[in-house]
Amino acid sequence: MDQTQEKAPRPQDQTSVFVTRKRTFTLAFLGVALIFVISAVATDYEVIGGLESIPKAVVWMARHFIPDAKAWSRLPYILSKLSETALVSVAVTVCAAICAFFFSLPGTKTTKTAPWIARIVRIIAAFFRNVPDIVWAILLLFSFGENILTGFFALFFATFGMLTRTFIETIDEVSASCVEALYATGATSLQTVFNGVIPSSLPEIVSWVLYMIETNIRSSTLIGMLTATGIGYLFDLYYKRMDYSSASLVVISIVILVIAIEILSNKIRKVIM
Amino acid sequence: MPILEFKNVSKIYNNTTKALTDISFSVSEGEFVSIIGPSGSGKSTILRCINRLVDATQGSIIFDGHDIKQADKKEIRQVRKKAGMIFQHYNLVDRLSVIENVLHGRLGYKSVISGVIGHYTEAEKEKAFQILAMLGLTEQAYKRCDELSGGQKQRVGIARSLMQEPRLILCDEPIASLDPSSSKIIMDYLSNINETMKITCIANLHQVDVALRYAKRIIGITAGQIVYDGPPEKLTKAKIYDIYQSDEGELITDVK
Amino acid sequence: MSELDIAGQPPLSLEISQYIRKTRGGKIKTATKSRSDHAIKITIFVLLTLTIYGFATFNYKNVDIAKALAGTWSNIKVLFGQPKLTYGTWGGSLKALFVTFSLGALATIFGAIIAFFGSLLCAKNIANSFVANITKSFVAFIRAVPTILWVLIFTVAAGLGSVAAVIGLTFHSAGYLIKAYAESIEEMDEGTIEALKASGASFWQIVFQAILPSSISRMTAWTFLRFEINFTNALAVGAAAGVGGIGFDLYMAGNHYFDLRELGFITYIVVAAVILLEMIATKIKATVR
Repeated sequence: MDQTQEKAPRPQDQTSVFVTRKRTFTLAFLGVALIFVISAVATDYEVIGGLESIPKAVVWMARHFIPDAKAWSRLPYILSKLSETALVSVAVTVCAAICAFFFSLPGTKTTKTAPWIARIVRIIAAFFRNVPDIVWAILLLFSFGENILTGFFALFFATFGMLTRTFIETIDEVSASCVEALYATGATSLQTVFNGVIPSSLPEIVSWVLYMIETNIRSSTLIGMLTATGIGYLFDLYYKRMDYSSASLVVISIVILVIAIEILSNKIRKVIM
Repeated sequence: MPILEFKNVSKIYNNTTKALTDISFSVSEGEFVSIIGPSGSGKSTILRCINRLVDATQGSIIFDGHDIKQADKKEIRQVRKKAGMIFQHYNLVDRLSVIENVLHGRLGYKSVISGVIGHYTEAEKEKAFQILAMLGLTEQAYKRCDELSGGQKQRVGIARSLMQEPRLILCDEPIASLDPSSSKIIMDYLSNINETMKITCIANLHQVDVALRYAKRIIGITAGQIVYDGPPEKLTKAKIYDIYQSDEGELITDVK
Repeated sequence: MSELDIAGQPPLSLEISQYIRKTRGGKIKTATKSRSDHAIKITIFVLLTLTIYGFATFNYKNVDIAKALAGTWSNIKVLFGQPKLTYGTWGGSLKALFVTFSLGALATIFGAIIAFFGSLLCAKNIANSFVANITKSFVAFIRAVPTILWVLIFTVAAGLGSVAAVIGLTFHSAGYLIKAYAESIEEMDEGTIEALKASGASFWQIVFQAILPSSISRMTAWTFLRFEINFTNALAVGAAAGVGGIGFDLYMAGNHYFDLRELGFITYIVVAAVILLEMIATKIKATVR
């Protein structure tokens, strides 16, 4: 079949395009291979062992990582910890979003603040975004100890930084034109924010909040291991006791929650956008 | 007495780009002036200097007896209240209703708080409906602006500016995004408003033929300088060539 | 001043009045009733309610919040103001940083390879919709499990070490990149694929002659963005699962040596790396968009 294909004769210069493309691909491939080798050496990564481990892990999971009767009896407790983690994620995201919205306003072009103020806002947002949440968690552990608030504040700082930058971009993109018109009617900046910026950017903002809730549920599982709270703590507990069937039920419940939230968020997004 | 006077106004962006150089002209109450010129020649900078969306670098701009270059924040609000503006891309809050967008024209009159919570008097709402009726938009009053056609959106823009009870309407390329029939409707409304309500109109127009048909006076600018200021009848093909530095004048041979 | 001059205003004609909606109190309504506004209001209401309910029911274990916040503030000052290495060395930290980079890089490379084939099964314009839906559901499942749990599961199944970390990180990378790659493929011109199909080209010929060349730049950008995320994830996994790298150093400094200055020093190194990656990513994003 391949032989019967008829191709139009290529002009000369196009052939050379193919040659350079081939050369770029070869170079890129070699570059990636080099990075791979260096990284594998640096981390003592066993390539063969890695490949072998996947079927091994599947077999192991099929044998041990399945909830048994004892695990099911723990379901109410698991669900209570799961709902704690979910509630923390929602509360963190909502609080961070409210703070980030008002904090981002002077960083946008819509409020006509002095350029140096906008700059400071962006720098502060970058600071909170770039300090990883686990650093905040470890730092907060010093004063808060193993407490739900440790995770709350750690996620709050990271979410605040992330949302501030996102809101600055979104608001500038969505409301620039109507903002100019509102200023032209003689409206003050506060009036412009409430009559122009909020109505036009609210759907985007809600959509971002939903996305961050999803992300934060996953992050707070990890943070929970460090701070001994929520579902992360519970997984860690069962895991260290080698009670893998209970641990598997924890994973299953997380999966169901995350997927449910994802489906719900997508439904909401479809209606509001 | 002129309602608006530009005296040797210059605008330089970022200390480097010269947008306007030594612009002087005056506009009398009730005039319909059209500013024409190639894109990037400084047309919209002129309009935005009037309501201080852009600050002129040099010269003075007298609007209604006050030098608006000296105006403080409060006085700028007063100037903007009296000068309505309509835009090429309509600049409405798309997700709000038509009537809410029209009522935005009252924000300049309101205290900060009542503007923030969107409190409008019944008289203001009735006035908004009357303006919408005048522009043939009554049936659209409760629609969201993103459900409207371009021509309808621009009429909402006009309604919003009329809601300000302006003495002057600044039109920044009002028909540049519209098809010919909607363009005609918009220009007819503007011309009607100018004649019956005695509101002064300054319109940036890209289409020379439209400018010639509707304006009583044409100002032609090129590279930030006025190269023509006079009635449409005296705008010869050679002058149009001067303004556009090209044969764009060919397009309108039927007018002369 | 804010009152309109109503004297000159004629009463509203019947024709206009019939279009005016009024509230029960007889005032003129201004807002529309759109489904989307309604949904936004309900969403915000539910989220606020959950937040308040959460705060009311959390177990605070009688922590003195004011005192803890004050303590945190002084800790922050020490952390960022007096960074100092006591237990580690400059070389050691940089080596650990490199290990974290490498974990991220391996996961990104594996993820990209898996995602390339996965996206071919997922992209609407080339895949069959049944296969696409199955792949998507599978990806959704993989993504729903937090990375750290994958790492811990594989730690038991495959033994502790970089293998577990890389595989755990790879799962999420693949899930993320499959979605991103599929979107890149979906953005390409319908006509190109159809023309090649009509000329009798095989599936793999279409992939390598049409799809790959036209979406490779977008794919590269997405891959790098994912590398940025993988670096932070490798950090977190290092801290929580003890698989090494600079994340583990962070954990040791904070939770083992309880040394804020050491923690501060390592934090500065990490933040510098993150900022560098972000700057590169922003540049790449700008060139591709």
